[in-house]
Amino acid sequence: MNNLSLFFTVFIAGITLVVAGLGMAILLSPKSFNLQKGEPYECGIPTHGTSWMQFKAGYYLYAILYLMFDVEAIFLFPWATIVRDLGFAGLTSILFFLIILALGLAYAWRKGVLQWK
Amino acid sequence: MLLNYSQPLELNKLTSRIDAALHAALPDYWAVTIELVLVGILIIATYALLAVVLIYVERKITAFFQARIGPNRVGKYGIFQTVADVTKILIKEIIHINRIDKFLFYTAPFFIIVASILTFGAIPFGQGLQAVDFNIGVLYVISVSSLGIIGVLLAGWSSNNKYSMIGAMRSGAQFVSYELSAGIALMTIVVLSGTMQLSTMVESQRYCWNIFNGHISALVAFVIYLISGHAETNRGPFDLPEAESELTAGYHTEYSGLQFGFFYLAEYLNMFIIASIGATVFLGGWMPLQIAGWESFNQLMWFIPSYLWFFGKVALLIFFSLWVRWSFPRLRIDQLLNLEWKYLLPINLVNLLVMVILVLTGLTLTDIFY
Repeated sequence: MNNLSLFFTVFIAGITLVVAGLGMAILLSPKSFNLQKGEPYECGIPTHGTSWMQFKAGYYLYAILYLMFDVEAIFLFPWATIVRDLGFAGLTSILFFLIILALGLAYAWRKGVLQWK
Repeated sequence: MLLNYSQPLELNKLTSRIDAALHAALPDYWAVTIELVLVGILIIATYALLAVVLIYVERKITAFFQARIGPNRVGKYGIFQTVADVTKILIKEIIHINRIDKFLFYTAPFFIIVASILTFGAIPFGQGLQAVDFNIGVLYVISVSSLGIIGVLLAGWSSNNKYSMIGAMRSGAQFVSYELSAGIALMTIVVLSGTMQLSTMVESQRYCWNIFNGHISALVAFVIYLISGHAETNRGPFDLPEAESELTAGYHTEYSGLQFGFFYLAEYLNMFIIASIGATVFLGGWMPLQIAGWESFNQLMWFIPSYLWFFGKVALLIFFSLWVRWSFPRLRIDQLLNLEWKYLLPINLVNLLVMVILVLTGLTLTDIFY
């Protein structure tokens, strides 16, 4: 049994769980149609307009910052596994990489991206 | 000295016996297929059973924190309460909402469950009890567990409900921020143990758990991991995405019946997954506690089955998580993001470099004492 086949087994197990659960629920649960029941949940009055609209940009800025650091993590993981063999040469070369990233964060901080307005 | 005493209750004996019996009786192709099906069934069963147990434990412990009794009607001490709840949720109607994005609405539970079950499969529960064991284990766990956020965003957006939308947006910002800290905290330990494979990582902690081995740096990483792991599961003081007094239920407001049940299931299992990855990476996984020089003590510790060690450590971390959850008031979104980006992330990056220096100068406990 190699890892890949086990991975797909677990993947299929997950899908089976959801499909079997939903199938069982559909078989067991009562059904009744009522137009009012399908209304989006609101505090009691009918909802006003759609919620697919422009949203606060602050959230997206954090997502972009995250992207920067997440790609960095992909580069850092291989380095982290062999850092013992690389020694101080590995440390100094990755230090420049980290400094550039830290500068990026500092720039974003200075520009007020991290300020919630 | 390799301390590995034969423990009669170890489950890998059972699995290897089943493996041998299947290979003896059937051609290889069929034996492997049957084993894969068995693994799948076991994973689903453990997943569902753990959720039922965790929900009961959570309700009971919460009740004790709030000086209540908690569930006590269904069965002795209310132990069948969650079984009754699961049955109830199965026979509830799945309400179809008007004006939703139907495809995305019904796909979201798949994303959430599959992401958490894939991570669940990679956890080493005990000696030889691990389904998926990639050599990039830590990276795999981080990347697959973060797929769950796609489900949350889909659920929130496709519901066409303001509460869901705000909840999903908050959850997205919170999850991606804290994902970063958790990743770098785990990377600190990858530097220490020099491997990303979870089974090898557990094996390398035979004489000294990583949290002791890397002393200062590992402790800082552990604290950061606990905070960010707690935030990733949307619980405790970080439960902004589903803050019930502001957003009713956040991103799963519109879900009903078992579809809601899946979100609930994944939430509890994610708590378990975060705790078990923490236990595996920092607290030695299924390895027993060993103290250098105390030979008889070390031997005694090896007689406790490995899965009991694992579940003991996980239970400790889960209890800690519940303790935090009921001890602190909810944060505001700006406080939450400030905590991550202005404090945890810089501390984490410096901590990573400190760990590299500790490893390179030979100041870890195993370098000093062994």
